[in-house]
Amino acid sequence: MIIFQDISKTYQIGDEKVYALNHANLHIRPGEFVSIIGPSGSGKSTMMNIMGCLDTADEGQYLLDGLPVKDCTERELTRIRSRKIGFIFQSFNLIGNMSAEENVELPLIYQKLPAKDRKSRVQDALEKVGLYDRQKHKPSQLSGGQQQRIAIARAMASEPSLYLADEPTGNLDSATGYQIMQLFHELHDRGNTIVLITHDESVAAQADRSIRMKDGHAKEVTV
Amino acid sequence: MITQSVKMAVTSILSNKLRSLLTMLGIIIGVMSLVVLVSLVNGATGSITDSINALGNNLLNVSISDDHDRPLKLSELSSFTEDDLFESIAPAAASTATATSAYAEESARLTGTTAAYLDIQGLELESGRFLMKPDLDNHSNVAVINADLATEVLGRTDVVGENVKFNGKRFLIIGVLKEKNTSSNNASDSTLQAYIPYTSLIRLSEDVSLNVTSFCISAAGDDMDAAERQLENILLERFGQDEDAFSIFNQSSVAEAMDSVTGTLSLLLGGIAGISLLVGGIGIMNIMLVSVTERTREIGIRKAIGAGRGTIMLQFLIEALIISLFGCFLGIAFSWIVIETVNIIGSTDYSLSSGIVLLSIAFSVGIGVLFGLYPANRAAKKNPIEALRYN
Repeated sequence: MIIFQDISKTYQIGDEKVYALNHANLHIRPGEFVSIIGPSGSGKSTMMNIMGCLDTADEGQYLLDGLPVKDCTERELTRIRSRKIGFIFQSFNLIGNMSAEENVELPLIYQKLPAKDRKSRVQDALEKVGLYDRQKHKPSQLSGGQQQRIAIARAMASEPSLYLADEPTGNLDSATGYQIMQLFHELHDRGNTIVLITHDESVAAQADRSIRMKDGHAKEVTV
Repeated sequence: MITQSVKMAVTSILSNKLRSLLTMLGIIIGVMSLVVLVSLVNGATGSITDSINALGNNLLNVSISDDHDRPLKLSELSSFTEDDLFESIAPAAASTATATSAYAEESARLTGTTAAYLDIQGLELESGRFLMKPDLDNHSNVAVINADLATEVLGRTDVVGENVKFNGKRFLIIGVLKEKNTSSNNASDSTLQAYIPYTSLIRLSEDVSLNVTSFCISAAGDDMDAAERQLENILLERFGQDEDAFSIFNQSSVAEAMDSVTGTLSLLLGGIAGISLLVGGIGIMNIMLVSVTERTREIGIRKAIGAGRGTIMLQFLIEALIISLFGCFLGIAFSWIVIETVNIIGSTDYSLSSGIVLLSIAFSVGIGVLFGLYPANRAAKKNPIEALRYN
């Protein structure tokens, strides 16, 4: 599913070259629930950006579903993001002036799905996160937990092959966080591949497998 | 995709109502000034051209300034029309006289002329008859007056058979002219006019003699230029090849000159209005740039969930286009209101010029695209990672 081979990413800070990822290797199989854990500055976010095709590696090879992402044009990267990746962010990242329903529908519009299919998928996704009755609400009228569930519904609606969650419980209290984690477990039980980035050991422990990031290296840990 | 982009653009415009309206105001004012000014100039041109045409399109007026001691005799005039290019000719000696009746006393313009004058000038009679040859032969004291003179001096228009005094001399009114269209504000319409036999004016006024110094002649065909050239040749021969001895006024050349003046005027006014439309366009660009910056995070989200460059570009471009087009339609609507108000207040008959309405729509689309392109491109080029980090 995901293979990182000697992936490196450097940033120029002043005169100094800083490695965000330093020859990282990683292998995630389809249907796995993997957590990536590490302190801030360890390269977690860079890894997620590369996995989500928002960024490309400077060195090394990234294979997504066997496809070498390195050779993709920007148009192809956009297509991969649209069809294969479902992002869930720490700060929910819903669009403020659009209703819950419209937010969930947005990726389907970018996939150029016909209106009828969009409607049934939006309804389906909202029902699965239990917020169908809130479809007309704006994000500002919803609680943090509800907003995150809408964001998960948005990812679900696009039917991605990979869910990428960046600190999904980071902005939530532990009870709400627990609910969100339950949703990820449900997704996993339905056979979806999930990569969850966190610095919370207890959240990381809920995954099948944990990968610890340190100074741009990825290391498998048994929890 | 386009319908979705339009929907999203409308949502985002509506979520910033005041700002969008103020941005539109630039376009509204630009379109309004363009449409109203050009429509008014076109309307004015129309009525001026109409009144010039009403004076007769196949008419040449001649005035003789230097007769080289061989003055043009009244009896000589008829020889001009022997040429096939000309239809009829009439002398036109002008003088001013005091018109008096029992009712009132006013200053009036007297024209001493002959029977042919009516057709040459395209005058229309309301009642009675125009001057005839016996009136000239007999030096009759008869007059044809215009409607203004009838109402001002005699108090009404059905005055055929009554008398009016010019400089104390009694004249019998044999005809009254039709009232001219009020919308034509030509100066000659507003004055009090009377037409009397040329021979009678000689007796009334010291300045007028049998030597004709000004006359009007009508061309037989449509070729005014040929008629004018021919007349010029005849007169040059008559006055020893002196070009300065006479001058010929061509009504259609007046109309042409008028057209070119108003054409220039509407181009000038349209140009100024176009500049204000351009300023409105810059306003759109300004607010679109602000909007792109404000919505950096939204752009990042959209890109992350699968929007490509083209999609983002289209969305912002359509937003700019909607602002400018909607502003344009509002501007046209307001222009219509302004023009109708002018019509009601001034009892005029201006209308929206359809050409300029289409032009302003085309111009607004152009401005929307032109000034939307740069902000839209900036939005499309944003790096999604940095955009997502933006607060």
